[in-house]
Amino acid sequence: MKSIQATLRERILVIDGAMGTMIQRHKLTEADFRGERFKDWPSDLKGNNDLLSITKRDIIVSIHKQYLDAGADIIETNTFSSTSIAMADYGMQALVKELNVAAATCAKEAVRQSGKVAWVAGAIGPLNKTLSLSPDVNQPGFRAITFDEVVAAYYEQVSGLVEGGVDVLLVETIFDTLNAKGAIYAIKQYFDDKKQAPLPIMISGTITDASGRTLSGQTLEAFYISVMHANPLSVGLNCALGAKEMRPHIEELSTLASCYVSAYPNAGLPNAMGEYDETPDVTGHYLEEWAREGFVNIVGGCCGTTPDHIQHIAEQVKGLTPRVLPTVEACLS
Amino acid sequence: MKEKISIKPFLRLAGLEPLVVRPETNFVNVGERTNLTGSKKFARLIREKRFEEALSVARQQVENGAQVLDINMDDALLDGVEAMTTYLNLLQSEPDIARIPIMIDSSKFEVIEAGLKCVQGKCIVNSISLKEGEEKFLQQARICQRFGAAVIVMAFDEKGQADTMLRKVEIAERAYRLLLTKLSFPPQDIIFDPNIFAVATGLEEHNNYGVDFIEAIRLIKEKMPLTKVSGGVSNLSFSFRGNDHVREAMHAVFLYHAIKAGMDMGIVNAGQLVVYDQIEPTLRNLCEEVILNCNNHNSEATEKLIAFAATVKAKEKTEVKDETWRNNAIEERLKHALINGITEYIDTDTEEARLKYARPLDVIEGPLMAGMNVVGDLFGAGKMFLPQVVKSARVMKKSVAWLTPFIEEEKKNNPSATVGKVPKVLLATVKGDVHDIGKNIVGVVLGCNGYDIIDMGVMVPADKIIETAQKENVDIVGLSGLITPSLDEMVHVAHEMKRCGLQQPLLIGGATTSRMHTAVKIAPQYQHGVFHVLDASRSVTMASSLLNKEQKKELLTQTELAYQHLQYQFSNKNKKTLIPYSEAIVCKEYVDWKKYQPTTPTFLGKKVFKQVDLATLARYIDWGPFFIAWEMPGRYPEVLSDAVLGKEAQQLFNDAQELLEQIIAENWFQADGVIGFWPAVSNNADTVTLQTAHGPVRLEFLRQQLKKAIGQPSFSLADFVCPAELGTDFMGSFAVTIHGAKKHIDRFAAEQHEYNKINVQILADRMVEAFAEYMHEQVRKEYWGYTKSESLTNKQLIREEYEGIRPAPGYPACPDHTEKLKLFSLLNATEEIGITLTENLAMNPPASVCGWYFAHPQSHYFGLGKIDIDQLKDYAQRKQITLEEAEKWLRPVLE
Repeated sequence: MKSIQATLRERILVIDGAMGTMIQRHKLTEADFRGERFKDWPSDLKGNNDLLSITKRDIIVSIHKQYLDAGADIIETNTFSSTSIAMADYGMQALVKELNVAAATCAKEAVRQSGKVAWVAGAIGPLNKTLSLSPDVNQPGFRAITFDEVVAAYYEQVSGLVEGGVDVLLVETIFDTLNAKGAIYAIKQYFDDKKQAPLPIMISGTITDASGRTLSGQTLEAFYISVMHANPLSVGLNCALGAKEMRPHIEELSTLASCYVSAYPNAGLPNAMGEYDETPDVTGHYLEEWAREGFVNIVGGCCGTTPDHIQHIAEQVKGLTPRVLPTVEACLS
Repeated sequence: MKEKISIKPFLRLAGLEPLVVRPETNFVNVGERTNLTGSKKFARLIREKRFEEALSVARQQVENGAQVLDINMDDALLDGVEAMTTYLNLLQSEPDIARIPIMIDSSKFEVIEAGLKCVQGKCIVNSISLKEGEEKFLQQARICQRFGAAVIVMAFDEKGQADTMLRKVEIAERAYRLLLTKLSFPPQDIIFDPNIFAVATGLEEHNNYGVDFIEAIRLIKEKMPLTKVSGGVSNLSFSFRGNDHVREAMHAVFLYHAIKAGMDMGIVNAGQLVVYDQIEPTLRNLCEEVILNCNNHNSEATEKLIAFAATVKAKEKTEVKDETWRNNAIEERLKHALINGITEYIDTDTEEARLKYARPLDVIEGPLMAGMNVVGDLFGAGKMFLPQVVKSARVMKKSVAWLTPFIEEEKKNNPSATVGKVPKVLLATVKGDVHDIGKNIVGVVLGCNGYDIIDMGVMVPADKIIETAQKENVDIVGLSGLITPSLDEMVHVAHEMKRCGLQQPLLIGGATTSRMHTAVKIAPQYQHGVFHVLDASRSVTMASSLLNKEQKKELLTQTELAYQHLQYQFSNKNKKTLIPYSEAIVCKEYVDWKKYQPTTPTFLGKKVFKQVDLATLARYIDWGPFFIAWEMPGRYPEVLSDAVLGKEAQQLFNDAQELLEQIIAENWFQADGVIGFWPAVSNNADTVTLQTAHGPVRLEFLRQQLKKAIGQPSFSLADFVCPAELGTDFMGSFAVTIHGAKKHIDRFAAEQHEYNKINVQILADRMVEAFAEYMHEQVRKEYWGYTKSESLTNKQLIREEYEGIRPAPGYPACPDHTEKLKLFSLLNATEEIGITLTENLAMNPPASVCGWYFAHPQSHYFGLGKIDIDQLKDYAQRKQITLEEAEKWLRPVLE
């Protein structure tokens, strides 16, 4: 199988769309989430989408499969919240490793079923606790969590994902760069410890509001500089914005990044009812334009996107030349 | 395709903003004062653990142009790890400081590591060295690499600090080779510090230290062009301690030459850099000779400089920063402090404002809130970002804290003053949602504005929210959520709050929430105020308005109007969101009929009331619409005391009262009414069949078809009558009218007394509405008798706090006017009380009201909204009229 690096030199790769949106379509009940195994679990489990990698494997595999059939080259594991920190909300810290392994195998299984060449990206989400902001304004120096705890949580997730067989690690929806630095630290440490060749890392930040900054206040360039040491395969943006709002930031990033550039926006901004209603052809056209401008190497969708969106995106960017990697000069002048 | 981009190997650093060190950057100032040995003030503040105050030292450096901030907590008496962590975490909450990169400075590596764990941007580590051998050096460098930090490598090895030019370069080269070959460390991330030592110490061997450093720079940059050179400049002039004038001149001269040689950055007192050209020539020449070690045999130059220094009166220079805002008016100063997050003067400014304003509370509600509003607007416009807003909130908190004792004092002296308990706000992320960052921010922002926050965390079910709200007697409930299904859950919580009889205003926030959704879906569920809060900065003004009685009323009214408008817009706009009629029927409102025991009315058939006592009816008048009819904005009775309208409103009110007394005394009006009750069953769809003495009468109702959130029923009035298979229920109707107004209206018109004419018209309308209200009460308590013990004030009646409803055909819940024909025939209203119907089915006299009575406690008013063609067809068939006829009457509700 050709490596992802080699393929990226040749064409634009397509990453899959939203997992949550697709899970919602199944209108699963509390009982569905619990399955037989967790039927007596003390807390509510409905909404713990990551748990479905264990309790409703068939659904997760089928969603992956739909994205692969729609044209996705990279599919993300269903592990956005599979860390001990996020799972603490459900009292499921002890299951973290298993969740990650299970999710990775679901994705691998879908790739096998599809019969195509595709890569599984282990999705590493942002955590629900943040290292750069205090939850208590009376103590601005207070932090709800420590860097070491974040590293430990990500380390565990990474070990599950790697053991489950993912091809790439994707640190995504970064709204606090320090959390992401924790993830990068954990990944580096994991491969150092295992004396194993590191898997490629994809990095994807999130610009949250009109100021054009991350939630933790960094500008796009400052964000990129702060994660460059991951030596990433790609850097990009996802979530929070639709393609229309994301465009200037992706354009900027395409001039900054020495690695490949990825972009997977939401299906527009949520409408008044909280639904994403940008139609697949609209999303597809935006991304096609980015591809023609030479901004991107990896495209796909985040919240509200569906296999239909991915299919449109895949068709629109097919045959277009990917962004050429900048020349990294060896000297200053 | 774009031109191929090339990326240069610049040193790139970042705080909240990037710092790219390009060849043309010239020189990067690293602020040195946030260093226990660099600033006495800083050292004292840190030792006394006054970390927040110590931030002002950092801010001063930034304001004075520092581009990187060196932070050093090395002190024998301090826990360095703790001090570094505390200070950096605090500093990260100061966006105006955190915007520049941090240099983490310590001789203890564990302190450096602790610092790296606190900073999101790309830092510089100051420093690592070969002092303890290669292994240790590489191990520390590897850790720095994991954090992505650039490193300063001191010219220090196993043998000690390098003092000569050759040793400096040799150590630098060795470190460089190790870093590149063993760790593939990016060469542009390596910064050498070839040690700046004190010159002019009196020791001959120290005289060449300046030259050694400058020459080392040249060689290092020549051999390793991507690396950078830095140094702690203050060391150079150590022997002139206490003579800042000379020290500054030495630094300027030294930097002038070092930068020319290639020095990229230096740790300096950013506020004290003097310009080389501005130094008095005598001093500059002396400095030059000392630093470059010329004409310095037997330390001649040194002696000369020392002699010169003795003659210079050490001028204490005050550090300059932009303080012009301090000259502004107090309100402006408070605003400036809030917007810029400056706590330094807030106590004195607050005190000044307190003395200026009548009451301490006025300071909060006046200038402080005004400032916060500006913050909110700037944030909304993307001109401020969240950390800054949170900071503004802290300034607010400090100001409020200053005022609190005075507010307490005022309360003690004047217990009737409106200074209540600390308001409580409950915050929760709704069930099924675990996102709580936004909610936490709202919590902190409100918290620092003096609210007591009860944060229930995430995934909180409705019953827990309600239970806590009741138990804690909170003043405001705030719900948050990020994912789409949370919207439905919020609707559910609002619904449950109503069901459980809560009265607190409800705030809605979170990424997917919107004003439209709040207006259309949530607000109709809960009548005590539902407010969408766009962002955290707005939560403060919102909460404070809600806790102020007058402002609350106004806010409620405004919001209600705005939401009605949105609801209207929404129902007009969202054409495609209709569900099939068949589906709407299935989604009928659920009523547990098995638990319902219908009350049998005291009579069946109709009953006529003639010449009802006008004085009695007058007590039921709702005066609100009276003023609205006169186009007086504002609400009754507040409008009477309105600053602008009050006088006029009071006059109008007096005139109306006088006229009303005359109407009653002279019996200008005649109030006649008729009511009736019949056994009734529904068909589980939209038909209700009444059993009358003359056989069955089928009433046809319409059902909402707008797509709603999951679990929200599609309303129809038919749902409030028991289905045939579950038992027999009852329904009623009424028609009431005011005769006699026309005569007087015509009379006043003839007399061209427009004022009285209009007043009579309006009063006739008010009287017939009062009549309907009175009749309805009589029905509930007596004739139907389903709430015999009801005892409500007029206000409560106006607010419809009773059980059961009286919707009128032609109004939002049942917009088909033609059903009025059935109502009139059932009551024989034309013959009995003389109301006639026009061809368009308007009632004459105009002061007439009719409607249906529903008694079920779950019955409620609603707007039908748009219906689709499938329901229209079905309706035409049910009523046995043509589709055209049905279309004619229902046009307003058709697409």
